[in-house]
Amino acid sequence: MGSPPPTPGRGHLLNASGCLDALAAPHVARQLDAFVTKTVTPLPREGNEPVRIAETDVGMLNSIGLANPGIEAFMADVLPRLGELDVPVWVSVGGFAARDYADLCDLLDGRDDVAAIELNVSCPNVAPPENEVAEIVAAARAATTKPLYAKLSPALPDIAAAAASAAAAGADGLSLVNTVRGLALDSELQPVLSTTTGGLSGPALRPVALAAVHAAYPVVDLPIVGMGGIETGRHALEFLAAGASACALGTVLFRDPEAPARVRAELESEAAELRFKTPLAARGAAHRRDGEEPLLAVA
Amino acid sequence: MWKREPLSVLAVEPVGAYVLLRVRRGGVDPGRPGQFFMLAPPGHVLPRPMSLCLAPSGELAFLIDPVGPGTRALAALVPGECLTVLGPLGNGFCLHVERPVLVAGGVGVAPFPYLSEQLGGPPAILGFRSAHHAEAAELVPHAEVVIDPVLPTDVLPRNRDVFACGPEPFLWAVAAHAPEAQLAWEAPMACGYGACHGCAVEIGGAYRRLCIDGPVLQLAA
Repeated sequence: MGSPPPTPGRGHLLNASGCLDALAAPHVARQLDAFVTKTVTPLPREGNEPVRIAETDVGMLNSIGLANPGIEAFMADVLPRLGELDVPVWVSVGGFAARDYADLCDLLDGRDDVAAIELNVSCPNVAPPENEVAEIVAAARAATTKPLYAKLSPALPDIAAAAASAAAAGADGLSLVNTVRGLALDSELQPVLSTTTGGLSGPALRPVALAAVHAAYPVVDLPIVGMGGIETGRHALEFLAAGASACALGTVLFRDPEAPARVRAELESEAAELRFKTPLAARGAAHRRDGEEPLLAVA
Repeated sequence: MWKREPLSVLAVEPVGAYVLLRVRRGGVDPGRPGQFFMLAPPGHVLPRPMSLCLAPSGELAFLIDPVGPGTRALAALVPGECLTVLGPLGNGFCLHVERPVLVAGGVGVAPFPYLSEQLGGPPAILGFRSAHHAEAAELVPHAEVVIDPVLPTDVLPRNRDVFACGPEPFLWAVAAHAPEAQLAWEAPMACGYGACHGCAVEIGGAYRRLCIDGPVLQLAA
């Protein structure tokens, strides 16, 4: 490997959807190779009632509830301003049925300022879509020629099977993983979050996400954006080794808005230290044994 | 423009039930009164939002109420340790008023020493739950202290330009007396710069992100 990444964008470092507002912090977004928007839904959503976030020992919970202006206002007001940032834009879309995803993709299909569409089929903080992942991907596929990434939940019973099914339905790539549902109690033993549970992210999610990427890589011949608790260049390198072709930063951005530049530099030096010509040359390294050829994708 | 920098802890001084955390200023701008900083407690995933309490030459000082794991970790810092600070963030108070009065509930007193200094020492009404907590009033000149069950709104004068900071029910009570008051809100916050949508507060029928729409907001604006 070592060729340019197959992911739409300039390189291999993105943000996780919902973890950065590029219009509020454009200089943070410009550190990335592509910016992924907060999930946009067909209609505007105020989001969940506060309290929406809670820290845990090794992670955080969020229950924002897909707060967004809706696709109409997003396309009229937000997307043009994102286009001025000179960073490739991925639009994350979410809905409650396959038809919603198809409609959203149809609206975005003609927009030159959209580099890719991520299908958020795995938000733990709202009612799950009525349809299976494959049905949603297939409906979206029929509505757009844009690169389509399916963002999957680590709570799926068989992430490899879900990855293969998304690929068969026409996904161009996978985003692995979304948050996983968790609970935090306050000092009076009551749920901190208004919605009781929320999505767990941060360091606690990292080994779970790494396992998901590792499981999906051998079964799909697709680019994979790995995410979940990445805080350092070493973490990012591990995701590439497990099978990711790009990495996304999430919770770390809350504490350190300069993380993209730092992680990028650390990733370069960590990869060089292990004698990889480029960070991407490490893709799949965790699947190889001494003397073996790289494991080829089989899907 | 905000900046992120590791700063050296100079002192952690008890002030009644609270602690005053003093750090070297480094290259960080103290900003306007009412603006805030994200302080990263060692060993924690998320930083904590704190308004600037005092800005002596070469220093930044924050008043901390050590009530949870993060604030207790901040209060447990020792001189010489490093604290990473991001700020100044958000919108501070508008200082162009004629008859200011500062009104705080509990640790809502935090931004008032710096604000009082900038306004030339206006009168202040500070409410606390106990005499021990009320020792923090020593940081604010010309302060009238009330202690539960007496509330600051019980003694709030009319026809003043009110600056208020405290818990949400306290702010609503102040706003009922003084609809044009400048209110400094607080909410759990993960990032401080608009990324997380965690700090939303429902004001005027819509959720506002306190970090970029506030934390200082006027209901009657």
